[in-house]
Amino acid sequence: MRPWKLSLAILLFACVACSRGPAGRQFTVAGSTSVQPFADRWAEVFMQKHPGLAVNVQGGGSSAGIQAAKSGAAQIGMSSRELKPDEMELNQIIVARDGLAIIVHPDSPLRNLTLQEVRSIFGGEIRNWKVLTRLDREIDVVTREEGSGTRGAFQELVMGKGKRISKRAIVQDSNGTVREIVANDPYSIGYISLGLVSGRVRALTLDGVKASEENILSKEYPLVRPFLFLTKGPAAGPVKDFIDFVLSAEGQELVRKEGLIPAGEGSPPAGSGRSHE
Amino acid sequence: MNKLDRDERLVKLALLVLAFSAVAVLAVITVFIFGEGTPIMFKHGLGKFLFGSDWYPSEKSFGLLPMIVGSLFVTFGALVIGVPLGLACAIFLTEFSSRRLRRLLKPVIELLAGIPSVVYGFIGVVILVPFIRTTLGGPGLSVLAASIILGIMILPTIISISIDSLQAVPRSYREGSIALGTTRWQTTRMVMIPAARSGIIASIVLGMGRAIGETMAVIMVAGNAVSIPGSPLSPVRTLTSNIALEMGYASGEHRQALFATGVILFIIIMVLNTIATVTSRRARGKRKTAA
Amino acid sequence: MNPRREQKIATAVLWFFVLLTVFILLFIIVYILRKGLPVLSGSFLTRNPVDMGRAGGIFSTIIGTIVLTLAAILIATPLGVGTAIYLTEYTWENRLTRVIRFGAECLAGIPSIIFGLFGFILFVTKLGFGWSILSGSLTLSFMLLPTIIRTSEEAIRSVPRDFREVSFSLGSTRWQMVTRVVLPSAIPGIVTGIILSVGRAIGETAAVIFTAGSALNIPTSLFSSSRTMSVHFYILAREGISLDNAYGTAAVLIIAILGINILTYSLMNKYIRKYQ
Repeated sequence: MRPWKLSLAILLFACVACSRGPAGRQFTVAGSTSVQPFADRWAEVFMQKHPGLAVNVQGGGSSAGIQAAKSGAAQIGMSSRELKPDEMELNQIIVARDGLAIIVHPDSPLRNLTLQEVRSIFGGEIRNWKVLTRLDREIDVVTREEGSGTRGAFQELVMGKGKRISKRAIVQDSNGTVREIVANDPYSIGYISLGLVSGRVRALTLDGVKASEENILSKEYPLVRPFLFLTKGPAAGPVKDFIDFVLSAEGQELVRKEGLIPAGEGSPPAGSGRSHE
Repeated sequence: MNKLDRDERLVKLALLVLAFSAVAVLAVITVFIFGEGTPIMFKHGLGKFLFGSDWYPSEKSFGLLPMIVGSLFVTFGALVIGVPLGLACAIFLTEFSSRRLRRLLKPVIELLAGIPSVVYGFIGVVILVPFIRTTLGGPGLSVLAASIILGIMILPTIISISIDSLQAVPRSYREGSIALGTTRWQTTRMVMIPAARSGIIASIVLGMGRAIGETMAVIMVAGNAVSIPGSPLSPVRTLTSNIALEMGYASGEHRQALFATGVILFIIIMVLNTIATVTSRRARGKRKTAA
Repeated sequence: MNPRREQKIATAVLWFFVLLTVFILLFIIVYILRKGLPVLSGSFLTRNPVDMGRAGGIFSTIIGTIVLTLAAILIATPLGVGTAIYLTEYTWENRLTRVIRFGAECLAGIPSIIFGLFGFILFVTKLGFGWSILSGSLTLSFMLLPTIIRTSEEAIRSVPRDFREVSFSLGSTRWQMVTRVVLPSAIPGIVTGIILSVGRAIGETAAVIFTAGSALNIPTSLFSSSRTMSVHFYILAREGISLDNAYGTAAVLIIAILGINILTYSLMNKYIRKYQ
């Protein structure tokens, strides 16, 4: 290839390469796979209102989102669990609340469990369904992966400190996958975001209390965790516009329809330093 | 030295730099992975790292044994399925089929190699896993499911390399055997296969390497439980799945532990690749002296 | 046992295994196509995913796949063909060439997840490229390099020696011989290797998901994140977002790969015939 053609090609490539697009016209939101579908929804509507702005939503899990926010790989990190003490340097905004539902296959005879029973099943003490129903079959326990905010919330709210989830449990890396497995395996049990429960699985009542928005707001259903948006320092520019949209009446209504609980209602969880009104 | 010579030297140097790209990339990857992964292998004790059966990163417990056993079981299972099937196809295509049939079937089998691993995994999830669960028990996500899917995925490797080594056996071998009055099968069994043995072994070893390194399909059908599988129907986690599941968020020691998992994987695959190269080189050498 | 009977049994067993293998392959392809073809339509291919992929089409993922693959090929081809040229034309077999070949072979055996790990830590995190086409294509190009080196070398080696000798006898420099005589003749073989690599790149998921990310927007620059069809299929299928759309995506993937294989075969046949 003639030298000048080659250098032209390289120059062109370099121009394209260095264009990050118009400055600041795109930002990344990464983290919790529980928050992700809702973030995608928010981003979709937000981008319709602001053509030319690109919001990139990635998954990876709550811990990944926290890491990404800290390192700058993402401008907004998403988490579905409380921050640990060594993560508190980040600016956190509650954008919604979400219940945790214990789910089984729709054909399962089980309808209710006590918190202690849930703990024993996921801890590996109760191994066979015959302890609770007439079915004589091993329980297929499904859990999320270690870095998941959903798992972190489940660990904190259900298992309690020091009690591990059984190492024989099947591990999957998103709520959707857990739901798929439980929807297909009549002998399985798992936990997912309440907002993701559909007709394909059945959410159990916990100590007789149904998992619903009212019961969460009235504190009768104990399994609830915050959905957090995390930024390094106060948000500015398009990132702030996005967060404002998410917290607006329209943004909140958008996800309430999908099963989330709006951020404003109910008291904030302990130690969550709300720094964005 | 005139301008022409100088230009030629420049070109040669430029090409040498390009040629080193492969080596450079390999070196960077190796240095990176080993650099990040080796310290932690010794920090808590190499023995505990390799043979500890407790993988619980949030409590700083990094025992890789369940994953090592998992990878071994799944790979072994894949070979049990892939080797007989693959060898049979290779033998059939070289010794027992007409040229037309071979020309028809060879591209078909190479198509198997082109199907993305996620598609294999998906078929495993929607067809194989429920089948195992309803007919054999267990959650379906199991060593068995992973072995079957991996066995199918390594078929193209085993088949194409075995075909090459069978075709490379000198014709005189086959003709001499037939001249002695043997049947085609006797020729194949007693002459061709032993003659192609090194190449066939190389293909199996390479298939092993591919099976150990596969990630996506395995994550979808194996269950990923962090325990040593007690039976083929138990869920299992491999070294590759371990990295993929926890990579996105691991930090500090946890991240180093995942790199260390990568180191172990790396070493196993390098060893397998070297064995394969040595055996196939020996095959070529033998043939040169024999013919 | 009677040798003839033994042969009959062996032949039957072999036929059984071969038919089983072919059946498995056909089953997979037919299953995906049967469930996926009905989903394919003009709008499926030209509209973007809506509602996380539950509705709409896969247009942005098609663009993402094309851009990522193209970028990876653009990086890997000069490196790979350059290596092949050096190994065949500019040196003889010595320790240096053995080291280079060993390097390429080792690279070929490294599992994709290790590439993903490496790409994630180096490009996405340490170098700050983030989840982007840049990170993804760099990582992908390293994975394609060994294949391109191997096929280019084969193609260049099979150019007849006379071509080179005639070129020299006319007074050309080595570089002129390479660029004006050898390479043009070797182009079909090199292109075949590139097409093979494209087929591999399209199906790659593990390395891509950790480096290029999974954003649903059409990429606007090298630093945008983007989702490829394989990644999209993986996400749709695993999370049960839309099995129909998953099948549709898989069908597009399978058709693309079928097309690439057919293209490779016809190119190879044309090339072989040219030199017979």
